[in-house]
Amino acid sequence: MIPAQFDYLAPTSVADAVAALAEHGDEAKVLAGGQSLLPILRMRLNAPGVVIDLGRIPELQGVSEDGDHLVIGAMTTYAAVLASEAVTTHAALLSKAIATVADPQIRHRGTVGGALVHADPAGDVGAPALALGAELVIAGADGSTRTVAAEDFFEDLFATAVGEGELLTQIRIPKHTGWGAHYEKFVRVSHQWSIVGVAATVRSEGGSIAEARVGLTNMGSTPLRARSVEEALVGQPATDEAVRAAVASVNDGTNPPSDLNGDADYRKHLATVLTRRAVLAAAGA
Amino acid sequence: MTRITMTVDGVSYSDEVEPRTLLVQYLRESLGKTGTVIGCDTSNCGACTVHLDGTSVKSCNVLAVQADGHEVTTIEGLAENGELHPVQQAFHECHALQCGYCTPGMIMQACDVLKNNPDPSEQEIREGLEGNLCRCTGYHNIVKAVQQAAGAMSSSSASSASSAGSAGSQAVSS
Repeated sequence: MIPAQFDYLAPTSVADAVAALAEHGDEAKVLAGGQSLLPILRMRLNAPGVVIDLGRIPELQGVSEDGDHLVIGAMTTYAAVLASEAVTTHAALLSKAIATVADPQIRHRGTVGGALVHADPAGDVGAPALALGAELVIAGADGSTRTVAAEDFFEDLFATAVGEGELLTQIRIPKHTGWGAHYEKFVRVSHQWSIVGVAATVRSEGGSIAEARVGLTNMGSTPLRARSVEEALVGQPATDEAVRAAVASVNDGTNPPSDLNGDADYRKHLATVLTRRAVLAAAGA
Repeated sequence: MTRITMTVDGVSYSDEVEPRTLLVQYLRESLGKTGTVIGCDTSNCGACTVHLDGTSVKSCNVLAVQADGHEVTTIEGLAENGELHPVQQAFHECHALQCGYCTPGMIMQACDVLKNNPDPSEQEIREGLEGNLCRCTGYHNIVKAVQQAAGAMSSSSASSASSAGSAGSQAVSS
């Protein structure tokens, strides 16, 4: 199938893109890498009157460093993130999670910003962004920008803090230099959406866990952070027994879906197992 | 309608297209390049894989207007002077196809895998081809063909060093 007719705009600056959004309002859909949007348009699940393509805005591309933060342009592709030494060094968790997204062709086109705004709860970018305490920079009308913590960014299924007439422009990630990281993704076949995924990053000190951050994929309508697990891990040795005990509370506050891939109880079981594996791998155990 | 200009398999084309036109549709229906096939139409199967500015993409998941000003290589642009690309040759010799429908996409993605990793392990080949489905499940010989092509390409680039011949074959696959 092919998409329904639409008008196509390809602005070359954020200001022009925001102006186009203001002009077309509800009629418009923003095209980032298009790896989720184009299937939606082809299956006619959505038929916007106008498509605004962000692919020709250079200021939205690339990874840079700003003091103790990494700054990732919203239109930076997964492949570019994977190729970035700065991300591997300072936010290894993001690299590990993105390496599991879909397949190589999709990773050449799909973007970090597009994934975050699409906010599919089974997507693999939200949990590491949340665990790393990312800040999302959002551009609005008249050149205004605001910054939203990842904690406040995800509102519901496919819903974020990016409001009407606004665009996500940057993802700012506090550097986690020297932290071990692992993303444990459970799928039944290759290049599938996560049935459950767990993003864990750990700072070790003298053989035990000094700090830990844990994010969960597809355990609710948004990515979730497992704060009780993070707290329980502090000071623990990276042993199977200690980590097993510390992750027991991982399902506090989760509300996983039941679907063809598994019911909610099965996902809760997976979350416990995958969190243990992710934490142990992140701690180098 | 929107005017687009792109280079496909070394030839520059300029056309008016509807913005909703998928790149694969443009290649097949406007340019007649039917070597690139449509398999699943849901961006899962990889049969429509082409190279956009040297990296593999699923051409059913890119709009033609997004490729405006860019360079596309399809399966039809791989052979040079009537000589098959080493990956095509290896697919032929290893019988890396049964019905053949996934073959154009498999070969384009195999080229991408080898560009990034000239000496991949079997596991790396399988992971590199994870976005390409063979409904005949003929993966065994496909993996063998990619291994054979890797050997052929590395020995040909070693023997011709930086000669024009090797630069030429790299330009096609990159």
